[in-house]
Amino acid sequence: MTKRVPVPLLVPAVLGLIFLILPLVGLLARTPWATLPARLAEPRVVEALRLSLLTSSLATVLCLLLGVPLAWLLARVEFPGRRLVRALITVPLVLPPVVGGIALLLALGRRGLVGQWLDTTFGITLPFTTAGVVIAESFVALPFLVIAVEGALRGADSRYEEAAATLGSTRWTTFTHVTLPLVAPGIAAGAVLCWARALGEFGATITFAGNYPGVTQTMPLAVYQTMESGDLEGAVVLSLILLVVSVAILAGLRDRWLTAP
Amino acid sequence: MTALLDAHLVVNRDAFHLDVVLRIAPGETVALLGPNGAGKTTALRALAGLAPLAGGHLRLDGEDLRRVPPEKRPIGVVFQDYLLFPHLSARDNVAFGPRRHGMDRRSAHAVADRWLERVGLADHGRRKPRNLSGGQAQRVALARALAVDPVLLLLDEPLAALDARTRLETRGELRRHLAAHPGATLLVTHDPLDALVLADRLVIVEQGRVVQEGDAVTITARPRTDYVARLVGLNLYRGHGAGHVVSLPGGFTLTSTDTVHGDAFVAFSPAAVALHAHRPDGSPRNTWPVVLDDVQHHGDNLRVRLDGPISVAADITPAAAAQLDLSPGRELWVAVKATETRAYQA
Repeated sequence: MTKRVPVPLLVPAVLGLIFLILPLVGLLARTPWATLPARLAEPRVVEALRLSLLTSSLATVLCLLLGVPLAWLLARVEFPGRRLVRALITVPLVLPPVVGGIALLLALGRRGLVGQWLDTTFGITLPFTTAGVVIAESFVALPFLVIAVEGALRGADSRYEEAAATLGSTRWTTFTHVTLPLVAPGIAAGAVLCWARALGEFGATITFAGNYPGVTQTMPLAVYQTMESGDLEGAVVLSLILLVVSVAILAGLRDRWLTAP
Repeated sequence: MTALLDAHLVVNRDAFHLDVVLRIAPGETVALLGPNGAGKTTALRALAGLAPLAGGHLRLDGEDLRRVPPEKRPIGVVFQDYLLFPHLSARDNVAFGPRRHGMDRRSAHAVADRWLERVGLADHGRRKPRNLSGGQAQRVALARALAVDPVLLLLDEPLAALDARTRLETRGELRRHLAAHPGATLLVTHDPLDALVLADRLVIVEQGRVVQEGDAVTITARPRTDYVARLVGLNLYRGHGAGHVVSLPGGFTLTSTDTVHGDAFVAFSPAAVALHAHRPDGSPRNTWPVVLDDVQHHGDNLRVRLDGPISVAADITPAAAAQLDLSPGRELWVAVKATETRAYQA
């Protein structure tokens, strides 16, 4: 005998599902399939896509370089204020990205805390440059990576590291030869999540880096501008590209998260 | 012979306090034997540098190791569940230590191949740990620990994860490798058989303290705690000796043919305990009434637990059991010949 699903649960569940899927259907329904190839080949689209892929990949590399050691520190070293550090790391996660962009301007802008010094000493200005886009995306995406990798490190058996130590391995060699290979799947998952977050970044980017085609106009910014200029069809095309990329990521992570219990 | 390892390990971990003195000669294998939670693994971790010492001293081959980090200690460890690196092949697992000690890849692989051959796994080098059986993984772990030529080899319950059949084979093989190891070996186990087969000397710890140490013959003949007595299968009592008679707390006395004065132990085998339905007449000097508590199979015989002025275990044949009605609460008499008991100084 099959168990009946209670109506008060079934109805909202189905509505929720429709709510999530309907906009995507709408997007596909309004896609101008006939002119799509031509639209995709437009220099503006190609440029934005190239910039998006470049900056989100660079941001992921930056996040890996900074985030993996940070996650290791949080997972493996007892130090005073560790809980506070962990709480601080999650702030960019809940902070509206626009606020993050303003905060970045105040820190790294030409008159910012560190930005001033960077400008006068090295002549480096970050805002409104492609490097600024990478910075803005990294700021927003880094917490995703740190949290994912720290979880993986905590889940990994630290006794393997002890075994490595008894075999003459220093902490650094143990990290590179034992810890990293053991948590590689977790790092990969974190990196993909980080990359996806960076790809979709809008608020912090437009605030900190501006919206200059070819320099700082990433895909989400291009969608916004195309929409603002009244070209709905163009916005749909750009959105479709982002949707395809997102679905590809989901497919890539299928085994990791979607088959969970 | 001078001790290669000279250690006084003091470790405090939460409410647990370990205070153990260990001395091991070159080529000697010492078993650290004790019940779960006695502090055996803590002692091993302290030796390896994985748990901090709160006091005492630690010298290996004349070198003070207290401030030496684990990776600099000339110590090899075989962990309880082996901890073979899952992402490395058996060969790379064994080569890991030599590589970290500065050997180039080719030489390290040569060392690894030699060790794999010695443990009989020459053709398993390419396998990942998940493709090895329990016994094979144990041998790879042993090869990995020995490949760094440790002065001190530590083994934490090396056979505990194996099934009974593999255990028997691996035990014999391990014995051969330990005999060939020129350094000191410390074996941590809760299995008396492992300790008796593999070790030259036994150190028994309970609640973080050494309660008895010596060779297998001494310990099996003269246990000094209930744990050791149960381990070797003896009834053990502590009392005050005056010649052939030992008075236990509560006034009960046991007679032995041994002579002992002052604080003393009396031990006898459960097989030396005779059970009677009625008070026995004649020679046995030790007779007392008991109440049957429990009966269990013990090899071909039955082991009977009896309450009375002192509680005692008796081994009887099924035939004898058939003659006595062995139901719990049954009142019986116990007789132990004085010649069957051993009395010794506490």
